Amino acid sequence: MLIDTTRCVGCMACQTACQAEYGFPEREEPKLSATARTTVEEQGDYYVRRMCMHCDVPSCVSVCPVGALTKTPEGPVIYDEKACMGCRYCMVACPFEVPRYEWDSLTPRIQKCTMCYHRITKGELPACAEACPVDAVTFGDKKDILALARRRIVEQPDRYVPRIYGERIIGGTSVLFLAAVPFEQLAFKVELGDQPMPELTWAALSKIPEVVTLGGAFMMGLFWIVDRRNKRARENGVTKGEQQ
Amino acid sequence: MKIRLTFWRMAAAVILVFFAIATYLRFTRGLGGVTALSDDFPWGLWIAFDILCGVGLAAGGFTVAAMVYLFGWEKYRPVLRPAILTAFLGYLMVVFALLYDLGKPWNVWHPLIQYNPHSVMFEVGWCVMLYTTVLALEFAPSVWQRLRWGKALIIWKRITVPLVMAGVLLSTLHQSSLGSLFLIMPQKLHPLWYSSLLPVFFFVSAVSVGLAMVAVESYLSHRAFGKEIEWPILSDFGKYMVIPLILLAVMKGFDLLQGGGFKYLFALSLETGLFWIENLLLIVLPLVLILGFEASDRPRLLLMVAFMMVGGFILNRINVAITAMDATVRAGYFPTFWEVIVSVGVVTTGCIIFGLAVKYLPIYENEPLIERWARPVYVWPKRSGEATLRVK
Repeated sequence: MLIDTTRCVGCMACQTACQAEYGFPEREEPKLSATARTTVEEQGDYYVRRMCMHCDVPSCVSVCPVGALTKTPEGPVIYDEKACMGCRYCMVACPFEVPRYEWDSLTPRIQKCTMCYHRITKGELPACAEACPVDAVTFGDKKDILALARRRIVEQPDRYVPRIYGERIIGGTSVLFLAAVPFEQLAFKVELGDQPMPELTWAALSKIPEVVTLGGAFMMGLFWIVDRRNKRARENGVTKGEQQ
Repeated sequence: MKIRLTFWRMAAAVILVFFAIATYLRFTRGLGGVTALSDDFPWGLWIAFDILCGVGLAAGGFTVAAMVYLFGWEKYRPVLRPAILTAFLGYLMVVFALLYDLGKPWNVWHPLIQYNPHSVMFEVGWCVMLYTTVLALEFAPSVWQRLRWGKALIIWKRITVPLVMAGVLLSTLHQSSLGSLFLIMPQKLHPLWYSSLLPVFFFVSAVSVGLAMVAVESYLSHRAFGKEIEWPILSDFGKYMVIPLILLAVMKGFDLLQGGGFKYLFALSLETGLFWIENLLLIVLPLVLILGFEASDRPRLLLMVAFMMVGGFILNRINVAITAMDATVRAGYFPTFWEVIVSVGVVTTGCIIFGLAVKYLPIYENEPLIERWARPVYVWPKRSGEATLRVK
């Protein structure tokens, strides 16, 4: 999905369409919430869509202890509310602070954009892409979308900064952004770097087999030595006692 | 003494009444109704204190078990059972508190059937589950001894060593992994706390505070049950604590110099202040007092060191999960009355069960005593006179 911030006029049609699609009350919400999976933020002269970035190597998917979040082959990151136990690690781990929670519910769910997975698998457009009146949202395969973004930058170098946000950041995302000014001016997180965040965890987590084998071997060796010494001491003690 | 106990009992009763109300509110109004948690700050006191501190402070269980069974240091056996009971109850309370924090606690067993080996929390969940089982088995002899179930004791003796080894491995894994939980969010933790060494810090600090907790628990048992304090053992532990503490100090020092944390060390901010208090209490003052003032040979000073370390440890975990996070997210999180009540109530419940266990189970008896009565029945079962022991 490509979002062209130079085209967006901030009409909020995407948010309304999204709320209608998921049965949320259709009211304007400036921030992401449990009833607003997407929103539009005003940043200076421009409007910036906020929604799940659908990372290629998603933190939320990697941290979920029950596998309730899945990166689909098509691109969207989807959520299974039946599997979720409500630990909220996905919310804490998300570098874009996207997942929202139904705090006041007794059966709370995570709410986040799924890129209308149920629609796109039927060949339809995501609700927001369909609703956008100014064609700021383009849906398609990432390959085609990336090519489209590059073409726009090449054809109109005065209109765009030569960067596609989401092409490489934290390993790439399925939602790409174009902008007329440097992305940091639009409150995009440019400081995140290109390394996928789950690699930071994996650096520690992947050492478990070593810890277990080395630790186990060390303890068995230690116990063998100590036990042998104790047995000898006991035998010596017994013989001494008999001699007396 | 009697008035004292009555006072504490009344305090416990008041806490439990509020705890019951908090429980009712939590499960009728949802998390939003009782906590200060929000979309900007999804983890609060219950994760920082009940989970991170609960697991960390229970680390005495595996360290003392390793000393007695693996290193063969029999002289520490008198503190083994209380340490294992503390750890076992600690883990039970962690799981208990988790049911309050989870949005859908009835799905708490899902990691059993839905695997995600890339998730630190999945690993922590499995380790905590397995280690709680190990602790239950390590604690079981007290129950069997009470029931005079000698056969179980003899079988148990055969599996003790592998059990203790499994306990040490599981503890090493999940004590460190609680630190790994925060590795994935370098941008969200204040540089004074974020480090790729977080898992190592968590493990080493848990090892040192586990020993301090044995001293704290001994003192509290002395106050509550009039039990003698095993000073020679605590004195040894005081000396052992130096090793992990120096390790921690050196690693944290180098890490601050290498990472971005150093420049915040002398800043005028809440974070810097809390960082100093935490490390003074947990590392610096204990080292100074033990190495410079022979605190390990002075009972009162030793207890002071132990209480300081526990305080510093709790502050450290709260700082990592709340202070360091709020420093970047700026959600202004502060726990509500009900969040605090649930945390206090869970600790109180643990203390009450501890008291009951001490009252009804042989917690302060040493194990060689067990052998003395268990052996005649099962090693030489033909001696008819001894068999009565079993039914007595």
